Amino acid sequence: MVTAVLADYRGFDTMLETVVVFIAGLAVFSILKGGPKQRTRDREFVVGFEPDLIVTNTVRLIVPVIQIFALYVLAHGHVSPGGGFQGGVAMGASFILVALAWNLKTALHRFPIDRCFMVAALGIVIYAGIGFLSMFLGGEFLDYAHLATVLPVSQEMARYHAMLGVEVGVGFTVTAIIFALYASLSSDGRMRDGL
Amino acid sequence: MLEEGSIFNALLVERLNYFIYVVLLLIGLWAMIAKNNLIKKLIGMSIFQTAIILFYVSIGVKEGATIPIYLPEHDPHGTPALADSNSTEPILAKPQALDASLVPNYTNPLPHVLMLTAIVVGVATLGLALSICLRIYRAYGTVEEDELLIKLEGEDSRNSGLPRRRRPRRRSSPGKTAPSNQNKQGSSTESNISDKPKRRRNPNSRNFKSRSDKSQTRSSAKDRQSGSKKPARRKRTNPPKEGNSQ
Repeated sequence: MVTAVLADYRGFDTMLETVVVFIAGLAVFSILKGGPKQRTRDREFVVGFEPDLIVTNTVRLIVPVIQIFALYVLAHGHVSPGGGFQGGVAMGASFILVALAWNLKTALHRFPIDRCFMVAALGIVIYAGIGFLSMFLGGEFLDYAHLATVLPVSQEMARYHAMLGVEVGVGFTVTAIIFALYASLSSDGRMRDGL
Repeated sequence: MLEEGSIFNALLVERLNYFIYVVLLLIGLWAMIAKNNLIKKLIGMSIFQTAIILFYVSIGVKEGATIPIYLPEHDPHGTPALADSNSTEPILAKPQALDASLVPNYTNPLPHVLMLTAIVVGVATLGLALSICLRIYRAYGTVEEDELLIKLEGEDSRNSGLPRRRRPRRRSSPGKTAPSNQNKQGSSTESNISDKPKRRRNPNSRNFKSRSDKSQTRSSAKDRQSGSKKPARRKRTNPPKEGNSQ
């Protein structure tokens, strides 16, 4: 219900909030990537470590569960506690867990940084697309009830399903940006080594 | 004093959580203002934010109320509820408006929604601030605010094209100017303040006196590292500095 208010009653707010998250991710990436090359000496605490057997196997078991749970939280956001932000954070945390258990390179191999930003942008496009679609179908921006003309459901159910679509968009953005934030900050923008 | 119905009871016992939030908020504010380390400032900002979030969430609390979610029979994906116990005809499952008898049992989701927004934006700002801290550390080698200010002053005087551009050190910078400055200080401080050029020359020596003492010892290692020009300059600057401190 919190998510229902978030996606419907405060839909415009949430859309721009997602844009804020996206811009923050882009800004962190570009702030750390660009600029003068390292003036500080190389870090003296480079840890060359082998991925630990127990840790990696535990993570191997846990990560699918986390991701399924994240999808559940995302899909049930408008009916029960949960939602796009929460599910997105859980999903992003699973990638961060991979980066912590192995190293950043492994995680970035699964989810490269440029794909991160593509997925994040895709999330905003989904959100705004649903908004514009309902506008073209005769309503106002983000007025989901008018989607009933293309969906084979009643107006209430059109709202209900549009909320889910919007939440999926939010989930995409948050997943990608959370991981991009971690990758940028932990590797000082260089996208290798990491923590 | 704390018996039922007294004002102290109403303030301190029933609204204790608000006092805790105020304390948290003040801790955060203090850290943001008083701490020198930029990372500690950010931690203070997060504590501040947490206090406000807790405040809003506890505004949204209603005694005896439950979370505002669909009832099972309202869930279009759940098992359809039967119209009544003897009929087998399921109710057409569709979202229904809450009737007035149910509303008092629900908490208002709006404060929670607002705080969800605040949390998300907080994460965004925190990430951005951390990245800026990283960049600052990369460029200046420190996140301590006083050292940063000193280094920035040094950079300013280097770039401003003033006569002593080759002397970026703070406080020790009035190598030649210090003796005259000393005379001024000896006579009257007011004239020193009104004296525009002098004032521009060594703002550090007044504003950051105690701090730059500290950082002097810290940055001494860097002094040793960088350049052969510096020792000679030090020889010149040291005597007036001692004169200053007396």
